[in-house]
Amino acid sequence: MAKVLLLQGNQACAEGAIAAGVTFFAGYPITPSTEIAEIMAKRLPEVGGKFIQMEDEIAGIGAIVGASLTGKKVLTATSGPGFSLKQEFIGYATIAEVPIVIANVQRVGPSTGQPTAPAQGDMMQARWGTHGDHPVIALTPASVPECFTLTIKAYELSEKYRMPVLLMLDEIIGHMREKIEIPEYDTIEKPVRKGPRVGPSEFKAYEPDSDGVPPMADFGTGYRYHVTGLVHDETGFPNGSPAATEKLLKRLHEKVERDIDNITMYEEYKLDDAEIAIVTYGGTARSAYAAIDMAREEGIKVGMFRLISVWPFPEKEIAQLAQKVKVIVVPELNYGQMVGEVKKAAEGKVPVKPMSKYDSEPISPKELLAFVKNL
Amino acid sequence: MIEMRLSGSGGQGLILAGIILAEAALLDGKMAIQSQSYGPEARGGASKSEVIISEKAIHYPKVTNPNLVLAMTQEAVDKYSKDLPADGILMIDTTFVKKVPDHLKNVYHLPITEKVTAELGKALFANIVALGAIVATTKAVSVESITTAILHRVPKGTEDINKRALELGIALAAK
Repeated sequence: MAKVLLLQGNQACAEGAIAAGVTFFAGYPITPSTEIAEIMAKRLPEVGGKFIQMEDEIAGIGAIVGASLTGKKVLTATSGPGFSLKQEFIGYATIAEVPIVIANVQRVGPSTGQPTAPAQGDMMQARWGTHGDHPVIALTPASVPECFTLTIKAYELSEKYRMPVLLMLDEIIGHMREKIEIPEYDTIEKPVRKGPRVGPSEFKAYEPDSDGVPPMADFGTGYRYHVTGLVHDETGFPNGSPAATEKLLKRLHEKVERDIDNITMYEEYKLDDAEIAIVTYGGTARSAYAAIDMAREEGIKVGMFRLISVWPFPEKEIAQLAQKVKVIVVPELNYGQMVGEVKKAAEGKVPVKPMSKYDSEPISPKELLAFVKNL
Repeated sequence: MIEMRLSGSGGQGLILAGIILAEAALLDGKMAIQSQSYGPEARGGASKSEVIISEKAIHYPKVTNPNLVLAMTQEAVDKYSKDLPADGILMIDTTFVKKVPDHLKNVYHLPITEKVTAELGKALFANIVALGAIVATTKAVSVESITTAILHRVPKGTEDINKRALELGIALAAK
């Protein structure tokens, strides 16, 4: 029987992790993500899992990387200042191909900023926060039910491609409570990690299958291999030759790029006959639904393309949208971040207007309506 | 759609009151969203908890056209009743609120904290008294659902006293 509950986005994220089979959380509580840690601390012992409050943010992500190597599904949660500190290990987990999920509940930054106020200012940090060339998968929920389903999805993608997946919440979604129907967890398919098909003596830890993803052996099961942040070959040992370097970086990118249509998720809202398209995500999408309904009552043809997966960016879909509409508006709670990606994808076919707000308040439907009317 | 803002000082239990109100709405078979804003302090500081109840899906989670503002401190009245229309309901706890804006016509002056301290011995239940007054005034949720929602949330052993607090609030608003 499904349960009907009033939950916060943060609670739904934690429950989604439990439903996906997470048995390890390590982190360092930070507003406005603290409830995720709090709930995992309560829930994990109930399902035979472990929770550790670490000494800092870096240790939090370090511990989940280690736990994932033993076969556990893992979670850490943070906000801006902690997300900055975690970047080093996000790169490490990317090159060492360790599946981890990081929830970042965005608040006003930079630095300590405004701990209890919403922002969407970490979107580009999610893309390029860790150094070097790397693929990224990042998802943005716009409702409490979606916090639950996208968290489960994050594990599916993280296990499938063996890489970090970022759940980019914002304070609006993380802290609001709304209705959610939660199914029995044993009815939810738990993402499965692809294991080795040969014995320990023949196993090469980083030899990919045709999908570009190497099977992963759990530490402690007799398979011994080297895990490193250095460029390595299929044995896992460092190999700094130009050929090995290019091969690894190409494979890390291509395992994601070749499957982009299966990763890309978006919602179209009243977009069929729209002349104005609002491209937005997360908490700001909630303002857009309301503003669009108000505009439609006045006969203004406006609709929304809601990004659900923000990285990899759905360039193809935005390029198609740019052929269909007369103008694109990108409201977001930052000085202008995803708008740059939209412009890039639109390639000058249509004007792309930023609607940036960075005063610690959400964009109200009336503000967005006024912006659309003044175009 | 009914939009309500419960405001006061951190520690007065208004976030919990908002959650209970939204849960009661779900029990009534309606849609509800609760959100809050507060400062970094654990106690003190202006705090607000907002609840929207509707028969239909609710998109924007914040209150933009309040039908009711509950203010349990003077700072809360000053800060959070500005967008209340003239015919909107302002409900104040006269224990802490002395001045109300002139333009408001529909003001409930309720001695919430004073009364609950006198009758139940503790100011702690002021949020539940306020809920009783809100439900009696707005009929936003049924008395049955608010009772169930309160009993679901309060600590064991405090059910009776919370029920009495709710009844006290309903009676206060009826005066």
